[in-house]
Order: sequence, then C-alpha cells, then structure tokens
Amino acid sequence: MTAFPHRHLLGIEGLSPPEIVALLDRADEAVEFNRRADKHRTTLSGRTQINLFFENSTRTQSSFEIAGKRLGADVVNMAVASSSVAKGETLLDTAATLNAMHPDILVVRHHAAGAVSLLAAKVDCAVVNAGDGAHEHPTQALLDALTIRRNKGRIEGLTVAICGDVLHSRVARSNIILLQALGARVRVVGPSTLLPRAVDRLGAEAFTTMREGLKDADIVMMLRLQRERMSGSFVPSVREYFHFWGLDSEKLAYAKPDALVMHPGPMNRGVEIDSVVADGVQSLIRQQVEMGVAVRMAVLEALAGNLPSGKNDAGF
Amino acid sequence: MPASDNRPLIVTNARLVDPASGRDATGALLVRNGVIEDLSAEANPAAPDGAEVVNAGGNVLAPGLVDMRAFIGEPGFEHRENIASASLAAAAGGVTSVVCTPETEPAIDDPALVDFLMRRANDDSLVRIYPAAALTKGLQGQEMAEIGLLKAAGAVAFTDGAHTVTKANVFARALTYARDFGALVMHHTEDPTMSGGAMNAGEFASRLGLGGRSTEAETIVVERDVRLARMTRGRYHAAILTCQNSLDVIRRAKDEGLAVTCGTSINHLSFNETDIGDYRTFFKLAPPLRTEDERLNLVEALSQGLIDVVVSDHTPQDAEQKRQPFSEAAHGAIGLETMLVAGLRLVHAGQIALPALLRAMSTRPAELLGIAGGRLEKGAPADLILFDPEEPWVLDRELLKSRSKNTPFDEARLQGRVLRTLVGGRTVHRAA
Repeated sequence: MTAFPHRHLLGIEGLSPPEIVALLDRADEAVEFNRRADKHRTTLSGRTQINLFFENSTRTQSSFEIAGKRLGADVVNMAVASSSVAKGETLLDTAATLNAMHPDILVVRHHAAGAVSLLAAKVDCAVVNAGDGAHEHPTQALLDALTIRRNKGRIEGLTVAICGDVLHSRVARSNIILLQALGARVRVVGPSTLLPRAVDRLGAEAFTTMREGLKDADIVMMLRLQRERMSGSFVPSVREYFHFWGLDSEKLAYAKPDALVMHPGPMNRGVEIDSVVADGVQSLIRQQVEMGVAVRMAVLEALAGNLPSGKNDAGF
Repeated sequence: MPASDNRPLIVTNARLVDPASGRDATGALLVRNGVIEDLSAEANPAAPDGAEVVNAGGNVLAPGLVDMRAFIGEPGFEHRENIASASLAAAAGGVTSVVCTPETEPAIDDPALVDFLMRRANDDSLVRIYPAAALTKGLQGQEMAEIGLLKAAGAVAFTDGAHTVTKANVFARALTYARDFGALVMHHTEDPTMSGGAMNAGEFASRLGLGGRSTEAETIVVERDVRLARMTRGRYHAAILTCQNSLDVIRRAKDEGLAVTCGTSINHLSFNETDIGDYRTFFKLAPPLRTEDERLNLVEALSQGLIDVVVSDHTPQDAEQKRQPFSEAAHGAIGLETMLVAGLRLVHAGQIALPALLRAMSTRPAELLGIAGGRLEKGAPADLILFDPEEPWVLDRELLKSRSKNTPFDEARLQGRVLRTLVGGRTVHRAA
C-alpha cells in the first residue's frame, strides 16, 4: 500500500487523488475488519492519542476514540471546556503543554478556521483535523466518499448536490474539494444567504432552488442548519426554510430515481430533512456513521506509519 | 372586487395616452369581459351591438394609476382609514391599483395576514389592492421576514414602510435573499439617527426654531444601499427621494446597469419647505419637504425618467394627530384622490409632458411590481381612467372620500378632473 506522505491530516486540500484513493482503499478493508467479532489490532500499540475537542461533538469524538482503541492506541479525551482553556490559557500554551506529554497523535476540533494548523505547527506529533470552524473536516469528506463509492461503485462522473448551509459548513468545503478531485460534478444548493461568495471559483455550480439544483443528481447531501441561523439572520424561519429547501419526498423526486441521500448528522428533522426521507430506502445516513470509524482507522494508521520508529503499514 | 360587467363598452373620440407604447393620439377603445379588446386610431368606429358608448369628447383616456405606496388602515387603524374608504378615494382619484404599506397593527409580516388583506380587499375594495409585506419581522430591522412564503401568498414587494433598516448586514442579507425570489425591496431612505428634526434643515427651520433633517440623512442611506445592491445584485427601489445628491447616486447606479430604481412623492413634487408657513402640520412629511431648488430638481429628474415612480404616499392621520405643535404632530398627508390632479399642475406649468407623468404614475410602477395594468394594449385589463385635464376647480377637503382629511391641497385651485374610472372594465367612479 502507498505510504502516506504527510505528517498531519489538516485538510483534503493538498491531498492528491491517488492519496485519497489509497485512504479509501485502506478504509474499505477496515470496514470488513470492523464487522468481525474480534476488532482488536496492535498497529498503534504503545501510542498515545489525545482527542482535543474545543467544540463539543459526541459522535465525531466517539468515532475517533473507537478507531484509536481498535488499533490498540491509548486514547485520552481532553474535556477542553472544563480545562485550563476555560481559565484563559491560549491555544498555543495548550499546545506546548500537551506537547510536553509526548502524545503521538492529536485529534483536534476547534471552532476557529485555521486553529488546527496553527496548533500543528507547534507540536511534534501527528495532528488530525477533526473540524476547524467553517474551513475543513477531512475525515467527514473521506467517509462520505467511501459511502458513495461503496454504494455507487465509483465517484467519477457522479453529480453530487450539497444542499443547505454551505456558507458555515466545513463538511461542504472538504467535500467540494474531495469529490471534484475524484471526478464528480459538485453543485451547491441553498438560499444565496447560505452560499459562500464566489463559490463557483471553488468549482461548484451554485443553485438557489432545489428543483434546479437536484435535477439529475446522483447524490443529495444535506447539511445541518444551526439553530441560531434559522430565525431571520440567514433564513427567515424554519417553516420557510423547510418549504423551499428542506428535503422531502417531493423534492427528492427532482433527483435521479436512484439518487441516494446523505447527511453528516446530527439531523434536524423537519428543518433540512423530512423523516420519511431520512429513514427511507434511499438514505445512506446510518451507513455514513459506520464508514466514519473505518475512515478514521485508515487515517490514524496512515499517519502512524510516519511516526518516528513507527511500524510500517500493517494493513488489515 | 366585484366582477366585471358583461356589456361591452366603447370609449370614442378620446385622446388615448399610453406611455408604454408612446401612443398619444385621438382614437377609440373597446372594453369587453374586463379587458381591452381593441384600440382604434379612428375617433368614432362602429360600436359593437349592445355596447355602451361613451363619447370622451376629446378628453384623455389613459391607463389607471398604480400607486406604489399608500397606507389603508387595515388592520389596526380603521379609525384613520379602511379598505372601503381608501378604495373610494383611489377610484375618485383615478388610482386603479394600490400597493398598501405593511405598517399596520399587526404588521404584515406573516403569509396569513397577506391572505387576510387580499380577502378583505376582495370584499370591500373597488380598486385592486396589492399588499406589500414587511422586509423584516415586525418592521424591527433585525431579522428578515418570510419573503418566500409572503411572496407566494401574494405580496408584491417588501418594505419596512417608513422605517429605515439601519443595520447594513441585515439589509444586505435581505436583499440577497429577496433576489432568489425575484422580490422587489423598497426602502425608506432616512438615517433615523439624523432624522430627529421636524422639517428640512436650513434657514427656514432655523427661523421657525424647529429641528432640522438634512438631505445628507437621506443620501447617506441611498449611497449605502446602492453599494449593497451592487454587492448582492438584489432588486432595490428607493421609495421616496427628495434631493439631487440622492438622484446623482441613483443615476450612477442605473448607468452601471444595477437593478436600482427610485421614486418620489407627489407632495415633494408639489410643495417646498416654505409651504409649512405658520407651522401648518398638514405639510409635515417624512422625508420632509425640501427647498424650491430641490423640488425643481425632482421635477427635472421625473421628466428625464431618472425618477421611475411617483407615489401618493397616502398617509391618513386623524385630527388629533395633526392638531399638535408642529414638532409633535404626526407625519404624512393623504394623496390617493389628488395625486393625478396635483401631477397635472406640473403638466399645465409646462414642466413635464403628460405621458411622462403617467409613465411614472402607472406604467413604471406596474412593471416594477410585475402586475398587469399600466398600459393600453389588447388583452390588458381594462383598468382605465377618463379625465378632463382642463376643468378648473377648488378643493374642499371635507368632500374627499378618505376617512382622514389631512390634505395639503385644501382650498387649492386645481385643474383637471377624473370623469370616470374603470377597474377590470367595471365603472367604479363617475364624476357627479
């Protein structure tokens, strides 16, 4: 298997298509491994993985924790909200403090774009970006790609519509980059107030109506709308948002008959997605969660291979 | 609004004035089933069997006026005006379509209220009533209203009425969001932090000892808005402009090809600040009356077509609100019934051609709102006015149809009288 030539995983930006494909191939194997009764490996045995979440996220943190433990790492979750950060410590002081504890892998989520790469420059270990502001969330994009590839058999040539609050979404940015790198056509769909300016310069085609945006789409990827953005600042109300941009059976029918529905979770049922669709036969939302653990195992393993005196790729 | 009469009606020997096509010539016009069935360059063509024949005697037949800004009282201010009284005033004044402002109680910021207004209008109004809905919830300037659902319910434009949205980010997002629906945003352009005074700032305010409102308070907002219109590519309409500096900003925006338009009120075309005289509160308006030079600037801009729209800015106020010291009195004047004849003053003074006036009072507003009307053409709704542009008369405010009598034209000598108003082919007003 190709060695992963990066010390950190800070974003999809900067990864070559073969590197992405290699990670997906590795994750494919992890999926099978995870379905076995004995799910323990020793690839990261003796390694310390710290999950440093400046922003709460139960599901992503659990996913990284399980991935690390299955690979044999000692996993520590830092509850940042109740730590020294709450007492006024700066991000870089936190980095220096953690660095002195000699972790091997830091998994970091932060509410500010760029914070994870800032931190990565100050530590000696590998850093995985678990989401930085509205910038990137690379493991989410990888798990989305893996889910698509396993269901459609390919990514190249597919039309993927990313719908909703693209403006504030790191998931959308990572997906736009990754899916295009692998040859998909990416669209973004939502009210103009929720689309980033010059989004076409990122290579995505912008649509403001679901009817146009979903036409002939193979994949409909819904994004979460944060509560504080629902009541007039970016969209007028939940009912108006759902009426025009919420995915229900009627709007899903604009897409191809075999289109598949995705959502990074957690869902707001009745806001961006209707329960009938979320739980319907075209939904991949549960599968995405399973792929999440596999992709994170693949990423941790790939980075571990570059750690000083690290074992070489063991594979699954 | 009642259904149209079935009997055809032909208006003969009329001066047909249609700003849309440029027609201004003698002819005849046939109405059937509520629409204009035919136009003829012949003054007296053969009338169809059973048709009512109206000999216009050379008077003007034109599209009915479309007033983009009128307060009609419902819901919440029925003591000042209601739909029935406003519609009588409109019909008498030759206004066949009225856009009502959302500054009611409650404000029109919910699709159910748009629906309510349209049903009330259907029952009570002789003329067409088109609701404008709130741009922001409760007209508070903080959060955008449900522009998509309101438009689907029938709102033709979005405005906070006489409230200016001071927060640039709120206004920018509303313009952006409205653009997705092709919705028109109409804005009152007076910076409230500079608009505490009672009248135009300057010598006259200083003499009267009244606080002033400068033209800068207006132009600052117009400049900001045009920048935001450029950034968002939204459809922007400055509701009532009153000075040359603001018009210059609009001219540049139009030259650039932005979706920017503007209006002014008939009051600002008719009066200047000295008309306030001895603290006459019927001349207290928002924005305030300006200098005579600025009034002439507005007339010139209207004649050039730089000003797209003239509104009545019909603002009925009961006597209690006007019988106050000038600085404490309410703003506004009624205008539905007088906007046409007031405009004719400018025509008689040779300051503007009749078609240019009618374009700004009928054709352009209909275009901006995306509603039928505003033109004399086959198949268009028969929303028509027949008027004698010459007849002299003196206005007695007690004879006006509006529930409130706060007209600045009381005892004014006017020239021109609406003889007949048709809405959808039905006669809704006939001169006594």
